Amino acid sequence: MSIASSKSTPAADFLIVGAGAAGSIIARELAVAGFKVVVLEQGPYLKTSDFDHDEVKIVFESALVNDTKRQPNTFRRSDQEKAKVHPAVIYGRMVGGGTVHFTGNMWRLHEIDFVERSRIGAISGTGFTDWPITYADLEPYYTKVEWEIGVSGLAGASPFDPPRSKPYPVPPLPVKSSGVLFEHAARKLGWHPYPTPMAILSQPHRGRAACVHCGFCEFFGCEVGAKSSTLVAMIPEAQATGRCEIRTNSVVRKIEVDKAGRVTGAIYFDAQGREQFQPAHAVVVCANGAETPRLLLMSKSNLFPRGLANSSGLVGKYFMQNGVNVVSGVFEHPLNDFKSVVVSRVLHDFYQIDPKHGFYGGGGMDARFEGTPISFALGGLPLDGPRWGREFKTMLQEVYSRTMEIASHSTSLPVETNTISLDPEVQDAWGLPALRMTYRDHPDDLKTMQFFQDRAMELLEAAGARQKWVSYPVHEQDFAFHLLGTCRMGGDPKTSVVNKYHRAHDVPNLFICDGSSFVTSGRGQPTCTIQALAFRAADHIIRSAKSGQIKSSA
Amino acid sequence: MARQPASRRQFLSRSLAGVGSAWLAGNWPEILAAHEHARSAAQTDSPAKFEFFTPEQAAEVEAVAAQIIPTDETPGAREARVLYFIDRALATFDRDKQALYSKGLRELQQKCVELFPSAATFSKLSSPQQIELLKTIEKGEFFEAVRVHTITGFFCDPERGGNYQQIGWKLIGFDGAHVNEPPFGHYDRDYPGWEPGNGSGEKP
Repeated sequence: MSIASSKSTPAADFLIVGAGAAGSIIARELAVAGFKVVVLEQGPYLKTSDFDHDEVKIVFESALVNDTKRQPNTFRRSDQEKAKVHPAVIYGRMVGGGTVHFTGNMWRLHEIDFVERSRIGAISGTGFTDWPITYADLEPYYTKVEWEIGVSGLAGASPFDPPRSKPYPVPPLPVKSSGVLFEHAARKLGWHPYPTPMAILSQPHRGRAACVHCGFCEFFGCEVGAKSSTLVAMIPEAQATGRCEIRTNSVVRKIEVDKAGRVTGAIYFDAQGREQFQPAHAVVVCANGAETPRLLLMSKSNLFPRGLANSSGLVGKYFMQNGVNVVSGVFEHPLNDFKSVVVSRVLHDFYQIDPKHGFYGGGGMDARFEGTPISFALGGLPLDGPRWGREFKTMLQEVYSRTMEIASHSTSLPVETNTISLDPEVQDAWGLPALRMTYRDHPDDLKTMQFFQDRAMELLEAAGARQKWVSYPVHEQDFAFHLLGTCRMGGDPKTSVVNKYHRAHDVPNLFICDGSSFVTSGRGQPTCTIQALAFRAADHIIRSAKSGQIKSSA
Repeated sequence: MARQPASRRQFLSRSLAGVGSAWLAGNWPEILAAHEHARSAAQTDSPAKFEFFTPEQAAEVEAVAAQIIPTDETPGAREARVLYFIDRALATFDRDKQALYSKGLRELQQKCVELFPSAATFSKLSSPQQIELLKTIEKGEFFEAVRVHTITGFFCDPERGGNYQQIGWKLIGFDGAHVNEPPFGHYDRDYPGWEPGNGSGEKP
């Protein structure tokens, strides 16, 4: 093997793959606890001063996300088909990961999410099962996320909220016109709208500035650092310890193991495309719910012929992504909803849809507007509306400032045949097997989405919309933002990949923590839970390391 | 829409009150100024020559763009200098669409001869004739590429070379402000503040 520097490079205590929602938190926690940490991140390290409002950069140049030209995906509906090249996943590809460009919705899971299997029973066609932890186990870490990452919100505002030990650190962001219309209409229908918890600061917090309501949140990085990405909330604190090195533009291709079956470090391509080896006493994989299983499957060895940590055969299986649909309504007066954050009101009255409807699922609906000018002009009008010409221009002119959207987010049931795997033919720019998604929505998921689309249209009606349309209809999904479930946690090594502390069942010094750890999908906004899991995993990793269960220098 | 620097600064200082980040407080107005500068530079300095199109191709593409977002009571794609945005796109981030444009323009010419034998080029057709022709190709890849580029060039940040004098933004009522404060629109103007609603505290 022509790998540079393997003998000379000192071993890190921990090597973390991925500086995103989870990896940055674990890096900060481990570094603060005294460990030497190396983080390998495939994307760049951008600063808040690098962010702007240039939609062209975002829409055409994949500035903050995976580049499907250099990193092709393939997609198929079932393993009976040959997968075709098709953009299937989108994720943040930079230090901070998806938390840099995400909308900022920070829903906690509810108690039911952890125990659905025992409460609801089996659901045909799924591998529905309870989590090995409960809401109560995770609650302190949700609170930690809200306070240390920085979440704006109003405790107790939703009658459906699970119990919490502390209020939010800062109050909710100002309501927008879409939020007011949503709130009035929802109450008319007997529902319970409330101020959306957002990872965007309404007031200064922990040395960071408050939101200036520029309106460029979704898909953009925040110029003032008010969005609570791990880039601004965690990474600076990790680096301030002097013990955390962030190595960017580093594409990991394999995690290595020794004869005893312990991981020894990772082989990666550096910014110049040269192979390097970084040794470590332990490895934590936080590469997201699609790239994590891909890396484990690429890390085959004599000891682990099916891929690392994959004795269960479940690495990459039970991929979930949440259902989503969006409707739009036009009102008489200007809402100017292009200003400020995307979402200001949400409701969770249908967190668990009554099973008498004949399907299982649930979700939430929010009042939002995703309309930066180019994206609205290209994708915001009715699907059967004008696409060019005088009528198109007139419609844009009339509706842009008067439109709001309602987005619904819902359950994806865990189906074993929905997978992330390695494409046998297509390769990426580094010569590695392309990420292949195999996905077909469970019939209940489609019914859940339709239920929400109908409720959202009712809500627009009650709000007095003079015109309304479905802008992102219920359909069989072939593209995912939320990447969940592919290395599920559990107590039994035969039916899960990691234990309840995120340690791989098969490898004592390998940890996996990101969306892949999810056992069920929740209802649509996974970031808060990914981050709570990361804080919790870090606590246990630190405890194990300090009690000598993982070799380290601290 | 006119922006109000005084109000913006006032809001900014309120937002930053209590923040230990002196750098941000000191530099944010400069960041805004840099944006303004780049924007006005792009506005005054229209490209002298095309990077990809021949003058003949440019005339044809501009005529197509001017049907996608026409000039009527308000300015359209032509006035927003969308053509320059498209030319720059094809020379830079959308280089791989060059062949599609070259081929599409040849086919546009053929279509023109086929439908209107007396016409020399698409741009010389009457507006109803142009619309008639475009309807025959509107489902095709070439038209879709020009459509996406035209819309993008009409609404992009003016630093990108299109949206001249913010013509696109003004049309739809977008002001491009980096700092806003509530109320943002008509319906949140008299909002009294969030109060628990009906059945608050009780699960229905």
